[in-house]
Amino acid sequence: MIELSNLSVVFGRGTPLEKQALSGLELKIEAGTFVTVIGSNGAGKSTMLGVLAGDVIPTSGRVVIGGRDVTRIATADRAKYVARVFQDPLTGSCGALTIEENLALAAARGRRRGLGLALGSIRRDEFRDRVAELKLGLENRMHDRMDLLSGGQRQALSLVMATLSGSEVLLLDEHTAALDPGMAEFVMELTQSLVDKHKLTTMMVTHSMRQALDYGSRTVMLHGGKVILDVVGESRKNLTIEDLIEMFRKARGGETLDDDALLVS
Amino acid sequence: MSLIAFLGAVELGLVFAFVAIGVYLAFRILDFPDLTVDGSFPLGAAVAAVLIIAGWNPWLATAVAMVAGAAAGLVTATLNVKFRILNLLASILTMIALFSVNLRVMGRPNVALINQDTMLTPFYGLGLPDFYVRPLFIGVLAILAVFLVWRFLASDLGLAMRATGANPRMARAQGVKTSLHIYLGMALSNALVALGGSLFAQTNGFADVTSGVGTIVVGLAAVIIGETLFHSRLIIWALIGCVVGSVLYRIAIQLALSSDILGLKASDLNLVTAVLVAAALVLPRLRRGRAAA
Repeated sequence: MIELSNLSVVFGRGTPLEKQALSGLELKIEAGTFVTVIGSNGAGKSTMLGVLAGDVIPTSGRVVIGGRDVTRIATADRAKYVARVFQDPLTGSCGALTIEENLALAAARGRRRGLGLALGSIRRDEFRDRVAELKLGLENRMHDRMDLLSGGQRQALSLVMATLSGSEVLLLDEHTAALDPGMAEFVMELTQSLVDKHKLTTMMVTHSMRQALDYGSRTVMLHGGKVILDVVGESRKNLTIEDLIEMFRKARGGETLDDDALLVS
Repeated sequence: MSLIAFLGAVELGLVFAFVAIGVYLAFRILDFPDLTVDGSFPLGAAVAAVLIIAGWNPWLATAVAMVAGAAAGLVTATLNVKFRILNLLASILTMIALFSVNLRVMGRPNVALINQDTMLTPFYGLGLPDFYVRPLFIGVLAILAVFLVWRFLASDLGLAMRATGANPRMARAQGVKTSLHIYLGMALSNALVALGGSLFAQTNGFADVTSGVGTIVVGLAAVIIGETLFHSRLIIWALIGCVVGSVLYRIAIQLALSSDILGLKASDLNLVTAVLVAAALVLPRLRRGRAAA
């Protein structure tokens, strides 16, 4: 479960570049829900994800994950609850390490790291099986360095890494944006199946209206650092991409519309 | 070059293998350009020498020297992690400070270890000439260090340290406390360098405050020569490369200095070192450039 209450983030406070990224954002997500998040550039999507991950400490407000207040807990310390796949495939996995070393690193997330061998034979087999499930043939390349793989392969492995150790929340930051359409489709299907299998509370930021409606069970639109649309259930099923785009336009032109309304009335 | 001069070069190379492994940990694993070593090497020598003269067991004295080196590494790491000073600058500050600290430790610029019991003393009486005993003894220690560091880097903790250097953002997202690993890595790195300093003092019979000048360049030279030789992505080969590279480097220096044709003097050492390191850095690039063209 995720609870964001009265969340505000101001970047560069007191400088000419001051920017209010989130302003009093409220959002509550039940456990096991897959939420898609849309919004124009600067709407606050990435900031919200950053606040959840711990990269951004909010100016005010509270962040609660699974009943625990994590507002001031550092990224590394809350990683045991939060798994994450980044937009850039190079960020989410470590190019200098091999596939199996990356998996070992992810498998120890949330656990104490000691002096035991990171890759014993039992773990090796387990990792190989998990990678084989992708059906990308990567199980035969477990000793290859990650930077030899394509962006799509790395994102697929990042998803596996995100589900290796039990976390409660999965954060996806436009994780298919850097991929070609075929690979993006593959990664999205993989995402859906892993989320279903591990019953993860998932928040996916996307720029694709189609993805936002096709996947997950709830869609949230941000604008000006606030939630301006929140659809779930029947009303979401009937929503078309055109509807969303229309709402988008309204949201962007909101101020001028208000002015017009004043003139008309 | 005589046999004794050759074995002397091997011995010095093996002593500096510990420096090379330390430099490898900082530069390659943590991606932390650390000049602290120019101070922690003589620090290790000074602490070991002073304690041995005070009658301590030389093994214990060396252990304390390593702790002192680790502390020096922690100072640099603190300046960088906690006070956000640029890593290179942080290490230069510690290095400069250590010059004074080393003088304090020794009480004077130079301490002699003549007729003192060192770690090597028990092995001198076994029938082999001293100039064989020294490289053998240090060689065994170097192999042990390679194994232990390799085993550490293959552990969960070591893997987290490698991720810290290679991709800190990803490491944090995987629950790795990156600052903790910078502290740990810098302590380990400088402990190894101080161990090298302690062995240097015990094999050469003195500790000198100026003996640290250029340590970083020598260590880096060994790392680069090793990488050029073995070309492997595997950690174990990189570590073996540190040892082999360090020994080859010393032999190359010895050859350069003892060749009559070149007419070099011992005082030309730093110039020769800089030229060798620059060559080691430039040559792979030239080769790559030609392959691309």
